[in-house]
Amino acid sequence: MIESKAIGVGIEGVFYSLTHVPDLVRYGSKPSRELRANTTLEQQLENQLRSFSAATAYAPHQVYIGNITPAELSNLPKPWYDNLIQGALAKGRFGDIVDQESFYGLLGQADQFNLVTVGERWFWDRMTKPTKAKQLRLKSFAEIESLCHKGALPLYSDEKLVGCIEAGHAEDVNLSVDVLLENLAAKATAAHALKSLLSALKMDPNDVDYVISCSEEAVGDRYNRGGGNLAKAIAEEVACENASGSDVKAFCAGPLYAMVHGASLVQSGVCNKVAVVAGGSLAKLGMKFESHLKKGMPVLEDVLGSFAVILSPAKIGEPCMRLDSAAFHPVRAGASPQAMAECLAEKPLAKLGMKLTDVDRYAVELHNPEITVPSGSGDVPKTNYLTLAALAVIRGQIKKDQMVDFVRTRGMVGYAPTQGHIPSAIVYLGHALDALRNNEINNALFISKGSLFLGRMTQLSDGCSFLVEKSEK
Amino acid sequence: MLNGKKVIAIGERDGVPGPVIAECLEGAGLEVVFQVTECFV
Repeated sequence: MIESKAIGVGIEGVFYSLTHVPDLVRYGSKPSRELRANTTLEQQLENQLRSFSAATAYAPHQVYIGNITPAELSNLPKPWYDNLIQGALAKGRFGDIVDQESFYGLLGQADQFNLVTVGERWFWDRMTKPTKAKQLRLKSFAEIESLCHKGALPLYSDEKLVGCIEAGHAEDVNLSVDVLLENLAAKATAAHALKSLLSALKMDPNDVDYVISCSEEAVGDRYNRGGGNLAKAIAEEVACENASGSDVKAFCAGPLYAMVHGASLVQSGVCNKVAVVAGGSLAKLGMKFESHLKKGMPVLEDVLGSFAVILSPAKIGEPCMRLDSAAFHPVRAGASPQAMAECLAEKPLAKLGMKLTDVDRYAVELHNPEITVPSGSGDVPKTNYLTLAALAVIRGQIKKDQMVDFVRTRGMVGYAPTQGHIPSAIVYLGHALDALRNNEINNALFISKGSLFLGRMTQLSDGCSFLVEKSEK
Repeated sequence: MLNGKKVIAIGERDGVPGPVIAECLEGAGLEVVFQVTECFV
């Protein structure tokens, strides 16, 4: 129920993309370190990489792009990687899955400094649009091999060399080839998500005033490590000629902070249409690959996740973000799960005159448990839902024997790849918009957490939350 | 029994943070030689 002081900002749409890059898994932070230490792992890794069709038919990915709901996923037989969805499509209701070869094309287009090279013959064997050739740096395989001998990072497809990427500077580690591959991958995947969203909404890119990137990469040189504004590079790539932008970063909590910043720009009248975007995290590819190899599973962390959202003034009857519900985890608050739940759920709801049981659906960190459980990292969403349910018990809103029901009805199974910022609640927004429009739910509370201590600047945790519902004014 | 023992405390983002574990253990007479909170996802 919206009160008179409700401040709603419209959510026009969201698009999610997964880029399947099996041959880049070796460049993830964990695999690259482990493969250096133990070269015999390389063949094992290659043997357990998935095909594009297997990645497309993987049920959690079908949930990610909107073809099946989280509720439907919870009823599907496990393991999901052995029970692929027959006839699954790479196009979803609000997302898509991009294959590796297309990604190399996007990577080359996103490069303005002649760092990415693709094989001339490989390109002409696959690409049907000659205009694309002008956007890419094409060279013979002999030239690519020569560049690799000089330090370029090889790009493979089906284990064959098809291109390479060079460093941006001979000495600056912030422009080293591995860093630039991460940064360019984030730019290319975020740009693809935003371009696809604008196309789905039939929106002119020139109508976007501002782009906020909450990608995790540190873009900059040795004097400006993490200096950023990847957002503006993404805006340019998508031809948002009238937009500027900036980055909002807060580890995994970044996307929800970015949404609050974007909604504030709209509500204040500074901007009319704001795009919130994030590209994929290449460093996190194969993060838990050793556990997957040991269990005889496919290496499931073989996709880059990205998304784009358009925020604009609210329209009656359409989904909106309750800006007045936005909550942050303050410095003085403790980092225990209960303290986080109090700050990010109980208190902001109380401000709106609501209880924990007034929320129809909670979006928390929706990591796919099939990825995390084999490595001993547990079922992250389930843990978070149990904390919320326990708080509801403590406050006398439900009885202890109703906790399982609370988790079942107000929670959901995790389905997002372990891409840090991507699983962090924002991944549910597409399904939330559908559920609100279909009157299946009245509201959803989005809660994200950030592990600030990883940067060794503070011992603090962090978090952000907000409510989404239909606008009534 | 635990008094004077050296301990390494590893906290978890979705569980108990490292500094909290360390404070409890120090209160019980243990020497925390290293504590950290990690994120495992």
